Amino acid sequence: MTTSTAPRREYVDGATAIVRGAIDAGCTFFAGYPITPASGILMAMMRELPKVGGVAMQGEDEIASIGMCIGAVMGGAKALTATSGPGISLYSEHIGLAVMGEVPLVIVDVQRLGPATGGATTVAQGDVQFVRWGTAGGYPMIVLAPSSTPESYELTVEAFELSERFRCPVVLLTDKELAMTLSAVDVDAYPDVEPVARTIKDTGLPYSWAPADTVEPMRAYGVGDAFRFTGSTHDEGGYITKLPAKVGALNEHLVAKIEDHRDEIEMVDLDADEPADTVIVSYGVTAGAARAAVGRLRADGTPVTGVVVKSLWPIPVTSLTEAFAGAARIVVPELNVGLYRREIERIAGRRDVIGVNRIDGKLITVDEIVEAAR
Amino acid sequence: MSTITITPVATFRTDDPYPFCPGCGHGPVLDRLNEAMIKLDLDPAKVVIVSDIGCSGLSDQYFVTSAFHGLHGRSVTYATGIKLANPELEVVVIMGDGGTGIGGTHLLSAARRNIGVTVIVMNNLNFGMTGGQHSTTTPEGGVTATTPLGNLEHPLDICATVGVNGAAYVYRGSSFDHDLADRIAEGIRRPGFALLDIWDLCTAYYVRSNKFTRAGMEDSMRSWGLEPGLLYDRQTPEYATAYRRIHADIAGKPTPRPRPVDATHEASLDEPMALVVAGSAGGKIRSAAKIVALGGIRSGLWAAQRDDYPVTVKAGHSVTELWLAPDEMPMAAVSAPDVMAVISADGHAKAGPYLAAMGADGLVLTVPDFADLDTKAQVRVLDPKAAPKRIPKTSMGLVYLSAAIALTGPYPIDALREAAAAGSFAEVNLEAIDTGVLLARS
Repeated sequence: MTTSTAPRREYVDGATAIVRGAIDAGCTFFAGYPITPASGILMAMMRELPKVGGVAMQGEDEIASIGMCIGAVMGGAKALTATSGPGISLYSEHIGLAVMGEVPLVIVDVQRLGPATGGATTVAQGDVQFVRWGTAGGYPMIVLAPSSTPESYELTVEAFELSERFRCPVVLLTDKELAMTLSAVDVDAYPDVEPVARTIKDTGLPYSWAPADTVEPMRAYGVGDAFRFTGSTHDEGGYITKLPAKVGALNEHLVAKIEDHRDEIEMVDLDADEPADTVIVSYGVTAGAARAAVGRLRADGTPVTGVVVKSLWPIPVTSLTEAFAGAARIVVPELNVGLYRREIERIAGRRDVIGVNRIDGKLITVDEIVEAAR
Repeated sequence: MSTITITPVATFRTDDPYPFCPGCGHGPVLDRLNEAMIKLDLDPAKVVIVSDIGCSGLSDQYFVTSAFHGLHGRSVTYATGIKLANPELEVVVIMGDGGTGIGGTHLLSAARRNIGVTVIVMNNLNFGMTGGQHSTTTPEGGVTATTPLGNLEHPLDICATVGVNGAAYVYRGSSFDHDLADRIAEGIRRPGFALLDIWDLCTAYYVRSNKFTRAGMEDSMRSWGLEPGLLYDRQTPEYATAYRRIHADIAGKPTPRPRPVDATHEASLDEPMALVVAGSAGGKIRSAAKIVALGGIRSGLWAAQRDDYPVTVKAGHSVTELWLAPDEMPMAAVSAPDVMAVISADGHAKAGPYLAAMGADGLVLTVPDFADLDTKAQVRVLDPKAAPKRIPKTSMGLVYLSAAIALTGPYPIDALREAAAAGSFAEVNLEAIDTGVLLARS
C-alpha cells in the first residue's frame, strides 16, 4: 500500500490524454485517416471506443472521416476526429458544413511543420490562423489549445462542452510534441469530469434564431419525428431559401451565438506580477518554455507577467486587455512566422509587441524568450 | 383479444410539385422511390434521405422522411456515419452522376465496407444544374458544354466499380423501368450496400446535343458495354452489424486507467537533469529512454521524453531528449544536455549542436569510433567489447543510458531494474542494464 502522499504518476502522452478526455466526455464516434503525428489518436480510438460501446472508423480519406463524423452526430453520436495540417486542408469543406448545419463536433489538429507535406514528425504551430479561417465565409470558430498532458485531457472535455453548448465544431489545437511527448503526470492532475450533457428534441424545427444568439437543442435521426438537415442557406425548418431576410437571420445567428457569448469561452492562465513592464503571451507547446522563462526572469529580479492562452479563438480580448494594463511590451513566442502576434498587436495598442519565432522544427528555448523579455 | 390496425403510410411525398425541367427523369425516379417506401411500409421518421449536390440534390425536400443535404460528392460519407451511429435507420442516398465522380472514392469504400445504405444514382450523363458539362458517365463522343467536339474520356462503369468491390446489390436500369419501384425496394431491404444506377434524360442539356432518347436507351447502354439489369446480388455481412458483432466481447470492458507507477525508491537528484541519447532508428532508443524515465518515476522523480526520428521509423537517426527532475517542469527542449550518449553514426550525425552546447561539467558516453568528439564536456568511451557478451544493437541505448544513470546517480539502479522488470522484454532489458552498470564501473 502506498500512502496518500506518495506520488502516483503515470507516463503518458498527450494523444492518450485526448482519447481519455473524449471518452470521458461521452464521445461515441470517431473517424480519422492515418497521418503523423495524429495517428496515435486514431489507433487508440480504434482500440478503446468499441470497449465503451462506440464506433471508430478509419476513413478512406480525411474528407470521408469528418463527413462520417458529421453524419454520426446527426445520427445521435458525439464525435471526435483528429488529423494534422494536411488533413485540416481536406477538412475545410466539412468544417463549413458543421458550422452551417450546427453540428457539435470536436476536431483535433495535431500540428506539424508545413506547408504541404512539410515535416511529418516536426513540431510547429503554423495552423493557428488556418483553423480559425479554414473554411469559406469567415464565420466564428472556437479553438482551444492545451499546453500540457493534463490540459490535453481537460480541454478535450471542454471542447465537447463548448461544441454542445454552441452546437458548432470546436478545434482542439495541439502539436507533435504535446501529442507524442511522454511525460510523468500526477494521477490527481486529471480533473473529475461528467459526460457532457446533450438535449435532443424529439419534435419541432431543427433550427432557431430568434433571438439571434439562441442555440436550440438539436434534433437527431431516429429520435422522434422526421426533420431536415442542410448545408445550404436555410430557414428554421432546414428548407433551402434565398430570401434575404431569412438568409441574413441565419448567418447573423451563426455569428451571434458565439460572439455574444465570448465570456463563456474565454480561458487564459494568467500568472500576474505587479508591476510588470513585460507580458509574455504564449499558447500550446511554447507555453512550457514561456512558463519557465517567467520563472527565470523573476528569479533574476525582473517582474514579468505570463499569460497562457487556452481559448485561442475567439481571441480572449477581455483577459488579454486586463493582462496588458500597465505593461510596456509584450513578448509572443510561437513556432510560426508570427501568426498569433498579429492578433496580440491589435489588442496591444501602442505597446511594443516582440515576436520570438522559430520555423525550423526546433522548440523555442527558455533562453530565447528570456533574451527577448529582458 | 384486441387487434391493431396498421395503416400503411399513403405517401412519403410532400404536396409540393418537383422542381425539375419538363421531361426530366428525376421526378419519375423519385416517384418510384416513394412507391418502394410505401411497399416496404417504412416509418418516415426512421428513414433518412441523404441528397448530394446538383439537380438530384433537390430531391430530399419533396419527402416527409428525415433528410440530410450536404456537400457535393460526400453524401455517402454522411450516410455511412448515420448508419454506423444508428443501424436501425434506413439510409437512402440520392446522387447524380456528378456525385459518382467527385465522390468516387467514397462509393468505392462504401461498397468495400458493404455498409448498409442504398444509393440511387440519377444518371443523366451530364451536369444539369451547372450548364450541361460532361461528367464521369458521359459516353465517349458525347457532346456537352465542356466537350463540344465530343467526349474523349471513357465513361465510368459505376455498377462494375462497386460490384467487383463488394457491393451486395447492384442494378442498372432507367427511369422508365416498370419494375423500378421493386428494384429500389430490394435495394433498401438488402442489409448491405446497394446501388442502383438509374439512367434518365436531361432534357435541358444532354438530349438536346446528342442522339439519346428513351427508345434507344437500353441499346445505347449495351453498345457501351454497360449491361442493364440486376448485376450483383450477394448476401454478405453488413458493416455496421459486423462491427458490433466482432466487438461484442470487448464491449463494456474499457482499459483500466490511470495506470500509475508507485514510487518505491528515493532519488538523490535535486535539480533537473537532461539526458540525450543519439542512436539509430530501430535501436529501441525510445523504449530505453522510457525505461529510464519509469525508473525515475519509481524514485519519485518527474520525467518527460521528446523523441525525434525520421518518418521511416526503422531507418536513420533516433534521438531522444529525456528530462528527469525533482519537481514538475514544463515541457521544454534540451539545449545543453547534462549527459549525452552517442552510440551510432546516425546519432553522431545529429549530436553536434548538443555536444557544442555542453559545458565542462557535462558527460558524454560513446563508443570507441567517436572517441574524439568535439565538445567541452568530458568524453568517456565505453567499449562494448568489454562487455561479457556481445551487446545486441537493440540494447545499446539502454546499456549506455544505464551506464549514465550508474555514473551520475540521479536515482538508484534498483529502481531502473524494477522498471525494466515490470515491462516487456524484461530479461533482455535487465541484462542491458547490468551490462551498462558493468561498463560504467570498468
